[in-house]
Amino acid sequence: MTGKVVTVTSGKGGVGKTTATANVGAALAQFGDKVVCIDADIGLRNLDVVLGLENRIVYDLVDVVEGRCRLRQAMIRDKRLPELYLIPAAQTRDKSAVSPSDMVRLCDELRPEFDWIMIDSPAGIERGFRNAIAPADVVLVVTNPEVSAVRDADRIIGLIESEEKGPARLVVNRIKPDMVRRGDMLAVEDVLELLAIELVGMIPDDEMVLTSSNRGTPVALDGKSKAGQAFRNIARRLRGEDVPFLSMDNEGGFLGKLVRRIRAGGD
Amino acid sequence: MAGFLDRLLGRETKSAQQAKERLKLVLVHDRTDIAPGVLEVLKDDLIAAISRHIEIDPSAVRIEMTQEGREQRLIADIPLRPVRRRRVT
Repeated sequence: MTGKVVTVTSGKGGVGKTTATANVGAALAQFGDKVVCIDADIGLRNLDVVLGLENRIVYDLVDVVEGRCRLRQAMIRDKRLPELYLIPAAQTRDKSAVSPSDMVRLCDELRPEFDWIMIDSPAGIERGFRNAIAPADVVLVVTNPEVSAVRDADRIIGLIESEEKGPARLVVNRIKPDMVRRGDMLAVEDVLELLAIELVGMIPDDEMVLTSSNRGTPVALDGKSKAGQAFRNIARRLRGEDVPFLSMDNEGGFLGKLVRRIRAGGD
Repeated sequence: MAGFLDRLLGRETKSAQQAKERLKLVLVHDRTDIAPGVLEVLKDDLIAAISRHIEIDPSAVRIEMTQEGREQRLIADIPLRPVRRRRVT
C-alpha cells in the first residue's frame, strides 16, 4: 500500500478546512479505505473536537516528532469507523515544534500502512502551512464565495505552485444558492474563473454541518445532509470516480422561476 | 418603488458582479506584486519613449493587465496618429 498525502489548506481562517478534512477523511474511511487524519495546527488544535475524539488524546504530533512516544501510540482509532485514525496536534506548543522535513518523514512512515493521509493545515502562509504542504501529493484549497477568502486562496495557490506541490484543487464551501440566484453571492463559476484551477467540490451552506460538529460526528456520515453528500462526492473524486457536481439550484418555487424568466427577457 | 423594480428586474449592478470585478483587479496586482500606481508611472514613461520616435495620442493610450488562466499579461494599446498628408497643388 502506498498512501496518498492530501493536504487541506486555505490561507484564510474559518473557511472550513478542519470540517473538510474531517468529512473527506470520514467519507474515505466509510468507503472502506484506511485513513489517518493529522492535525497540523499546533497550538490551535480542533480536528479532535470536530471528529469527536478529544477525550481520547494521550500523545500528540509533537510527542511523536520529539520521540516521547511511538507513532502508533499517538494514533487514535475512531470507534464508529474502524478504518479512521487521528494524530492530534499539540495544544501547548507552537508551529516551530515541527519542521517540514519532520512531516515528510512522518508521512513516509505512514504511507505503507494507509490509503490516505489527510493533513489539516493551519491558516496563514508561514511555518505551519509549509509543514502541512511539505509531504503533500494532493492539495485541496478550501475557499468561501467572498472576496477575502478568494483573495487568500489565490495567494495560497501561488505558493503551492512555487513549492511545486500543485496543481491545487479547489473546494468552494458555504455556498448559499438563494444568494447566488439573487446575484448577491459569487457563483462557483465566477470563483473558478478568477482562480483558474480545477474544481473538486462545492459544498452548500448547511446547518447540519454545525449540528454535527456540536455532536462530534462528521456530517459526511449523515445520509440526509446535502453538505454531507457533497463531502462524500469529494472523497469519491479523490478515489478516481467521475462524479457529477450537485446542483446548487433548488428552483426557488413559482415566484423565483417567474422573476428569473422576466430577468432573462429583460437583459 | 423604482428601486424595488430595478432590483426585481435585475437592472441594478449586483453585488456579486462587483465582487468579481474588484477581485479581478486585486488578484492581478497580488500575483504580479505591481502596485496600481506603478502602472500609471509606466504608462507615462511608455508615452514619453514612444513619442520620441512616432506621433501618438497620449490620451488614448491604455495599459492593462489581463489574465489568461493563471498567467498575467501586460497589454499596451497605443493608437497611432494618422499622418496628415499635405495636399499637392
